[in-house]
Amino acid sequence: MLNLFKKKPDNLPEFWNDYEAKFQEKLPEEITHTRFVVFDTETTGFDIKKDRMLSIGAVAIKNKSINIADGFEEYISQETFNPKTVKIHGIIQNERIETLTEEEAVKAFLNYIGNSVLVAHHAGFDIGMVNEALSRLGLPKLKNKVLDTVNLYRGTRIISNLINREKSYTLDEIAETYNIDIKDRHTAAGDAFITAIAFLTILGKLNTDGKMNLKKLFRV
Amino acid sequence: MKNTIASRIADFLKNYPPFNLLKKEDLLEIAKHVKVKYLEKGKMLFAEGDIGHKRFYVVNKGAISLERDNNGKRETIDKCDEGDIFGLRPLFAKENYLINAIAEEETILYAIPIKKFKPLSEKNKEVNNFLIQSFASNTRNPYSEAHKGKLISEKEPAENQYKPNNNLFELQPAPVTKKVVMTPPDTTIKAAAQLMSKKKVGSVLVVEKNIPKGIVTDEDFRDMVATGTFGIETPISKIMASPVICYPQGLTIAQAQLTMMKHHINHICITEDGTPNTKVVGILSEHDIMVSEGHNPSVLMKAIQRSSSTNELKKIRHKITLLLRGFLAANIPLNHISKIIFELNDATIKRIIERCIKKLPTPPPCDFTWISLGSQGRKEQLLQTDQDNALIFEDVPEEKLEETRAYFLELARKVNKRLNIIGYEFCPAEMMAKNPKYCLSLNEWKDQFTNWIIDPGNDEILLCSIFFDFDISYGNVNLSNSLADHIFSLTKDNRKFYAVMGATTLRNPSPLGFFRQFLLEEDGENKDFFDIKKRGITPLTDAGRLLILYHQVKNISNTSERFEKLAQLEPNNKELFLACAYASKVLLKFRTQHGLENRNSGRFIDLENLSKEEKIKLKRCFKSIRQVQELIKYRFEVTPYI
Repeated sequence: MLNLFKKKPDNLPEFWNDYEAKFQEKLPEEITHTRFVVFDTETTGFDIKKDRMLSIGAVAIKNKSINIADGFEEYISQETFNPKTVKIHGIIQNERIETLTEEEAVKAFLNYIGNSVLVAHHAGFDIGMVNEALSRLGLPKLKNKVLDTVNLYRGTRIISNLINREKSYTLDEIAETYNIDIKDRHTAAGDAFITAIAFLTILGKLNTDGKMNLKKLFRV
Repeated sequence: MKNTIASRIADFLKNYPPFNLLKKEDLLEIAKHVKVKYLEKGKMLFAEGDIGHKRFYVVNKGAISLERDNNGKRETIDKCDEGDIFGLRPLFAKENYLINAIAEEETILYAIPIKKFKPLSEKNKEVNNFLIQSFASNTRNPYSEAHKGKLISEKEPAENQYKPNNNLFELQPAPVTKKVVMTPPDTTIKAAAQLMSKKKVGSVLVVEKNIPKGIVTDEDFRDMVATGTFGIETPISKIMASPVICYPQGLTIAQAQLTMMKHHINHICITEDGTPNTKVVGILSEHDIMVSEGHNPSVLMKAIQRSSSTNELKKIRHKITLLLRGFLAANIPLNHISKIIFELNDATIKRIIERCIKKLPTPPPCDFTWISLGSQGRKEQLLQTDQDNALIFEDVPEEKLEETRAYFLELARKVNKRLNIIGYEFCPAEMMAKNPKYCLSLNEWKDQFTNWIIDPGNDEILLCSIFFDFDISYGNVNLSNSLADHIFSLTKDNRKFYAVMGATTLRNPSPLGFFRQFLLEEDGENKDFFDIKKRGITPLTDAGRLLILYHQVKNISNTSERFEKLAQLEPNNKELFLACAYASKVLLKFRTQHGLENRNSGRFIDLENLSKEEKIKLKRCFKSIRQVQELIKYRFEVTPYI
C-alpha cells in the first residue's frame, strides 16, 4: 500500500529523468517568452483506457509565432487494429508512413515538449491519452502546465445572458468564427496547426489591454 | 517525419508569385522553415529605421498597411492582402526599413527566411527578375486585378491615398480586366444582349478564335436595334464597331484616357502585341479607370452590384473607407455622408445575400426579410463595426417549419460568414441571423416581441432596443411592416413598458459630473478614457427610440431623423429636439473621425488630445442629453425604483 504513494524515481529511465530535470527551470512570466506546445492526438477511439494513439502532431509557439521547423509529427504502429478509424484519419496500418512504437513516440514527445506549456482543444482527452501511454510504460503523468482552447475561447465570449457560455465549442465552430482554413482536419498535425492559429487569435482577443501574462492566462 | 503542416503552407504559397515559379521540392523546403506570425489589429511589424528582419513576409490572412511618415502625418503607401509580399528590402540590401508595416486588421503572416530563400532566387532567373523588377518598380496598383501578385517596392508614390487632386494617378498603369465577355460574330443580337445582361456588362467583344473582330456596346443597341434598324435575330457582326482599337499591355491611365477621347470610345482592347491580329488578353474600360480612382460613390455602387467575389467586395469596402475619409476631410454635412455610406453598406449586404441565394441548391422556399439591426439599422454605421442582423420568414405550415428554418439558417450562415470576411466582425452576443434564436417565422417573431414587451426585464429591454432599430436590407418589406404594426399594437398606451424602457434610457446618466467635468471610465482596459458611445451616443439613441415609439412612428430608425420628426410632432419641444438631432450628428462625426485616426471603433476618446473647442462642442451636446433625459423622466413617470 505504501508503495503506491512512494513511487521512487530511482528506477525510472533516463529519458524520463531528463524530462523531469527540465522542470527545475521556472516558467517565464511573459507570454511572449513562453514556449507553448499546441498538440493533438489521433486515436482509435474515445475510450482513454482501451483506445490507442495513432499519431501525435504538435507545433511550438513562441513570441506569437509558430515556428514550422519546430514541429512534431509522429505516427505510432498499432498492435490492435480498429478498422473504424481508418476512414476518419486516413492513416492506414502499414501505409508507407514511417511509424514508431508507442514507447519511442512518447519518448520523442517528452523530449520535444520539455517544460513547455501544453495547449490542446479538449485538452483533458489528449493529456489523458498520453498519460495512459506513460502509465503503460510504468511512468508518472505529464508534469506540464496545460491550457484548453475550449476554456480560453469561452473566455473571449462576452458575459451576457443572451448567450450560453457553458456551451462546449468544437474546433470547427471556432475555426468558423475566426475564419481559419480547415484543410487537413482530422490529422493530428493538421488539427494541432488549426488549434495553434485559434490559440494565437484567442490570445490576441484576451490581451486587448496588453497586460495579459501567463498567470492571468491560467485563470481564464 | 511527415510534413503535413509544411505541405499545407507550400500549398498556399504555390498560388502566388514568385513561389509559383519554384520547384515543388524547393518550395516544400522553404515551407519547412516558415514562421507563422500572428498580429493583432494595429500592431506594428516593423517601423521606418528598424534594422531589416531576417525574413520577408507573405500575407496569409488579413491585411497589412504600408505607411510612411510625412511630416508627422502617416501616409498610406500601399495595402497588402492575401498572397501579397512585402518587407523585401533586407533581401536586397543591408539597409534599414524605409517604411512602417502595420496590421490593418487581425493578420496572419508567413515569414520566409531570407537565408533559405536567397540561394533559390539567385539560382532561378525568373524568380530573381520578378523580385528585382517588383522591388524597383513603383507602379503597382494593388486594386487592379491585372497587377495582382506583382510585388511592391517600398518607395512608392502615395497613389492610393485619397487626394482630391492626385496628379500621379494618371501615370499609373490602366487597370485591365482579364475576364473579358466575348462572343463569336454569328451570335444573334438577342443572344448577345442576353449574355451582356447576365454578366452585367455594358459591352461585348466579338471574337473569332480569340482574335478581336469588333465590339458592341449598350449604345449600339440603342442606336441600331431599338430604333428598328436591325432585328434582334440579326447576327451581332452587323452592328459591331470594327476594327477594334487595340493596344499592348502596360498602357498608362493617361494614355488610355487620351485614346478614348480621340476615338470617342469607352473601351480599349488589349492584345498580345497590341494589334487586332493577335489574341485578346484583356479589356480596359473607362468604367474600370474610374473605379480605380476610387472616390466616386456611384462608381463604387456599380462595382458592388457587379462584384462577383467576396474578395472583390472586400476591396471595394476599403475604398468606401477612403471615400469616408475624404468626405470628412472635406467637411461634407454628416447627414449626407451617412446616407451615402449607408447606401453603399446596404448595397454590399444586398449583393452578398443575392450571391448566397444563388450558391444554394434551391431558391428560398418562401418569402423572407433580412433585417439589419443596431447602428446599420439606424443608418449610423460609418465605420465597420459588428454585424447585428436577423431574419424573418413567411409563416409556413407547422410541418414545414423546421425544414424552412433549416434553409434560412444555411443561407444566414453563408451571409454572416461573408460579411465577416469583408470586415463586419461577428456580433459577440451572437445576435445574427445564423443563430436559430434570431431566424424565425413572422408568427414566431410576433410571439417573441409579445413576450419581451409584456414582461420586460433587463434582457428583454436590451433585446427590444436592439430590435426596434431595424432596417430592411433584403426581401419582402410586408413581413417587417407587419412585425412593426404588431409592436405598435402592443406598446400603444402601455405605460408600464414605457416606464421600464425609460428607466433603461436613464441608466446612462448625463456624461458631465457635478463639477461639469467629463466622467471617465474608472476601470478596465479603457480606464481614464471617455466612452463616447456609452455616455453620449447610446443615451441619445435610447431617448430617440423611446419617444418615437411613443408617437408610433414607423420606418424612421435614424436617431437624428427621429429627433427631427419629433420636433415636428411636438412644436413646444422643438428647440430641444433639434438640439438633440444636432448633438447626435456631432457625436457620430466625432466618433467616426476618431475611429479613422486610430483604426478602431472610435469609441474611447482620450480627452487630453482634444482641443478646447472640441471639448466645448461636446459639453454642449451633453447639455441636450441631460434635458431630454429630464423630459423622459417626467413624461414616463420613471421612478428610481424600477
